[in-house]
Order: sequence, then C-alpha cells, then structure tokens
Amino acid sequence: MTASHDSNFAAYEAQRFRSKWMNLIMRNLTWAFAYFSIIITVGITLILVAESFFFFDKLAKQGVSWTQIFTATEWTPLFEPPKFGVIVVIMGTLMTTVIAMIVALPVGLMSAIFLSEYAPPKLRAVLKPILEILAGVPTVVYGFFALLVITPILQRIIPGGDSVIAGLNALSAGFVMGIMIIPLVASLSEDAIYAVPNLLREGSYALGATKFETTVSVVIPSALSGIVSAFILAVSRGVGETMIVSLAAGQSPILNFNPLDSVMTITAFIVQVSLGDTPTNSLAFYTIFFAGFVLFLMTLILNILADWFVRRYRLMY
Amino acid sequence: MTVDIVPSEVNFRSNYDRRKLATNIFMGVAFFATIFGLFFLGLLLYDVFTKGLPYFNWRFVTTFPSRNPTDAGILSALVGSIWLMFLIPFFAFPLGIGAAIYMEEYADRDLWRNRILEINISNLAGVPSIIYGLLGLELYVRILEPLTKGRTLLAGALTLATLVLPVVIVSSREAIRAVPRDIREAAYAVGCTRWQAIWYHVLPMAFAGILTGTILALSRAIGETAPLITLGALTFIAFLPPWPVTTAVNEEGVVIVEKVSAGLGSFIQALQTPFTALPIQIFNWASRPQAEFHAVSAAGIIVLLLLLVAMNSVAILLRALFQQRK
Repeated sequence: MTASHDSNFAAYEAQRFRSKWMNLIMRNLTWAFAYFSIIITVGITLILVAESFFFFDKLAKQGVSWTQIFTATEWTPLFEPPKFGVIVVIMGTLMTTVIAMIVALPVGLMSAIFLSEYAPPKLRAVLKPILEILAGVPTVVYGFFALLVITPILQRIIPGGDSVIAGLNALSAGFVMGIMIIPLVASLSEDAIYAVPNLLREGSYALGATKFETTVSVVIPSALSGIVSAFILAVSRGVGETMIVSLAAGQSPILNFNPLDSVMTITAFIVQVSLGDTPTNSLAFYTIFFAGFVLFLMTLILNILADWFVRRYRLMY
Repeated sequence: MTVDIVPSEVNFRSNYDRRKLATNIFMGVAFFATIFGLFFLGLLLYDVFTKGLPYFNWRFVTTFPSRNPTDAGILSALVGSIWLMFLIPFFAFPLGIGAAIYMEEYADRDLWRNRILEINISNLAGVPSIIYGLLGLELYVRILEPLTKGRTLLAGALTLATLVLPVVIVSSREAIRAVPRDIREAAYAVGCTRWQAIWYHVLPMAFAGILTGTILALSRAIGETAPLITLGALTFIAFLPPWPVTTAVNEEGVVIVEKVSAGLGSFIQALQTPFTALPIQIFNWASRPQAEFHAVSAAGIIVLLLLLVAMNSVAILLRALFQQRK
C-alpha cells in the first residue's frame, strides 16, 4: 500500500460518509413533506369540529335550541330570529346535484363507451383531449355560462318563459354542472372499461354476440365497480361545487322542489356570508364552519364509499 | 332433413340484421353523447368571445376596475393572479414532489402507516375546494396573522398551495413511477446511495412528467374562485402590491401613486397586501345585474382563458423539449 492509495481511500471514505448523511437527511425531509398531508387533514377536521362546537356554544348562549337544526324547515342564520334548518340547504344541494347527475352520468358513461369501444384510434386521440378541456375550464366560467347563456335559452324554450322560470334557478345551474362533470365520469369510467381484458370480449364474439350485446352484457358488468365508483365521485363533486351554484342557482333558502325556482346550496351559503361584512366571532361567522362541516362529512362519506366500491367489488381477471 | 335447415338460416339472417341495427343505433347514441359536451364547450366559447371581444383591448388589461363598466379594467386582478402563479409553486412544488419521492422511493408500502398516507392523500384530493377556503380563513388568515397580515396574497397563495398539494403529489408520483427499475438498480450497482440514484438518475428522467403534471395542477389553482372568496379576498382593488411597480388610483380612476421599488422590504410588504384575482373579478362582474358588466366579465374570462392556454402550452412545450433528449 502506498501513501497515495491511503489518501484516495480516505477521500472515498469521506465522500461515502457525506453521501450517506445526505441520503439520511433527504429521507427524513421527504418523509416530513409526505406526512405534512396528514397535518392538513387533521387541520381541516380540527378546525371544522372546533368551530362547529363554537357554533353550538353560541346557539346555546342565545337560547336557541340546537335540536331545531334537524327539525326546522327554515334556514335564516342572518336574520332575526335566526333559524338553522340545515335540511333546507342540504335539499338545495341535493337538487342541483341530482339535476347535474341526470346529465353527467348517462352522457359521461356513453362517452366512455364510445371512446373505448367504438371510436377509431385516430378519432379517440382527437376527442379525448378536447373532452378533457371541459374539465379544465374554471367553474366561475361555467357559472357565467349558466347564468347568461343557458338560463336565457331555457326561458325561451320552456313554455311560460320568465313567469315560470326564475332568472336564478336550480335547473340551469344543475345542467351546466352536469356538463362540467361529464369529463370526470367519462375519464374514470373509461379507465374501468379499458381495463376489461379483450379475452372477455372475444369470448362473447365467439358465442355470436354483436358488439352492442358484448358491451351491454359483458364489458359494462365487468367494469361495474369502477363505473359505480366514478358515479359516486361525480356526486361528491356536484355536492361540493360552488361557483356555478353561487352564480346561477340563487340565494333562496326555501324548501322547494321546483327546479325552475331559485335554491340555496351549502356552498352558495358559505359564499354569501363570505362576501358580506360578517364580523368575525359572530354567530353567522361560525355558521359557515358548521355548514362547511356538514359539506365535508357528505363528501367524505361519498369518497370513502367510492373507494370501498372499487376495492370490494373489483373483479379479478 | 335439409328442409329444416333453410328456415333457421333465414331466421338467423333476419335476426342478425336487427341485432346489427341495435349496435349501430347504440354507437350513434354514444357518439352523440361524446359530442354533447363539446357542443356546449363550443357554445360557451362562442358566447364569451362575442360578448367579450368588444371590451377586450390593451386598455382593459392595463386599467383598474371601476364602477363604470366602460372604464373597468382588470389590471389588479391580473397582477394578483400572476403573483399567485409564482407564489403557489414556491410552496406546493417542493412539498408535493418531496412527498412523492418519499412515497415512491423510500416508503415501505406494506406498512400500515404508509397505506394510511396514501388513502389520506387520495381523500384530500376529493375534499371540495371551498373547504380549503375555510381552512385558509382559520389557519392562514386568523392563526398565522402575525406572518400573513390577514387576507393577503401570502394567505391566498398558501391556501391554494394546500389545495393543489394532493394533485401535485399524485402527478409527481406517476412521473417517478414511470422511470424503469433498471435505472435505480444500475445506480445502486455502481455504489450510489438511494438519494444519489434519485437525484442524479430518477429525477432527471421523471422531470418532464413532473413539470407537466405540476403546471397543470397550477393552472387548476389559477382558476379557483371559491377558496379565495371564503378566505375573504377583496372584490375591488385599486392598487398594485408595492413590488416591483406600484400604482394606485382614486375613486375617479386618476392615478395617485406610482413608483418603482425592488427592495426585499417592499417584496415582503407585497406578500402582505390585500389582493384580488381574475376569477374573483369575473365572478364579481358576472353577478351584477347590468348587462354592460356581463360583457366586461366576458372580457375578463378571455384574459383568464388566455392565461390558462399559455400555461398549458408551456407544459406541453416543456414535455416535448425534455422528451427529445431521451
């Protein structure tokens, strides 16, 4: 062993030592970054729970019974006497969501079937990215579209016009929300349909089935868990959508099942209060956190359900 | 015996035509469903451009909002959105890409705590954006007020960064996962540590994918309205942050302050300035009753869409650029 060998070895050792330390540091740093997402979840949950607690506390101090939250059929947190029948805004949310689903689910599923089963590769390569542009349009633009394009069209189409269909209504907001959700349903359903192995299709053709029969009785049932999960995620998206309903569905917290009338959703309520001059620590201020908590629970349950569906009913090929 | 075969052959043929027709009808319906969304996209763009183009000019982009629709411009909202565009990645990209590296390269995916991590991130991606607004209002506006000074650019950027974090993580993970195993194994074989393999081999190869995914996530954040409204971003702003160029106008639209400053102090001040952003300004104009403001709103939408198209083009361009090198 010469001296130069020794010094080379020492330099190697030193560098090896530094590399190992660097690895350890980065391992722990990236670990911290990854677990930061847990902090966000805990943060959201803590904030919503704590502020909802303050909300109930304020209610008690004002002598308002908290049970009316489940029984009252009026939602007037900003007026005297305040009423907190949360069912009113939940129904408003469900109504716009149901209208959106009537549009988005069949259209999205049929688009997925067309793209994966029928479209020639070249057409698919053109249509798919264009369809994805729909998902990239900001929701405030869809709100503008619902309020200023679809509502006037509806007022012209529906007999009775302005007198039966309000300028702000659940139908046009829900319809446009449906258009916004189409790409979500289409892309998730297409993933599920695309994953069905060709062997199943070919087996069906071998028995003499046509393409339509194969699609309806072999491909869709095989992809059903993914499709159902896509549908549930679509509902969750509709429940949490904010800007379309704030612009086009209106601010009328009235229990009403006429889609041609204005409704208030949970999200539109939060926007309404946020835009006003509500003093912090007032009852109305805490009400948006309570409303947010209800919304969070609804979407959380839907998201867990979608996930469970995929895991539980996924077919193993 | 042969007599029996002929009718069934005829039967099959007639039956086949009907079943074939069902296939064609089904295909037609599916095709129209695919076109359905595109039709409304076309209608949307047509309406926005016919309403907004008369208002869309250089003056509109360089003046402040006004109570008078013919004077109204989008300057403060555009500058606010550009600030957010540079601030959001500053928080979201290191955190998101770091998390993706941990989950793809370091984490033992069979451990229960890492499985919970995965479930948690996919759940976060499904939380409505307005809930992030409530988080921002409480955490960044109220609890971190000494740092953010309330409803400011910094609070807005932090809120939107939190919102896109799960998307950044998911898209970065996909890009990292697409790098073949062999690359890592070759690096280990010549004595690389795990981090050296990631830094010198995996990340450069995944770079194009990560960049594309993260820019797309960013363009989603720029279009978000609800969380900023919940946060309490203002709808009428007649001044620019004090860095690098400050301007402010009074109620008549006359410029009252104008100066250029490049110091660090004014940069920090800028972060702590109340702000507005393109989607908020669009929402504000669209929700007014006057039709003139609807046209101004459409012009604002044109600006927003141009910004988004520019960002998407950059993403596509970068991907093409980096893919050529491989």
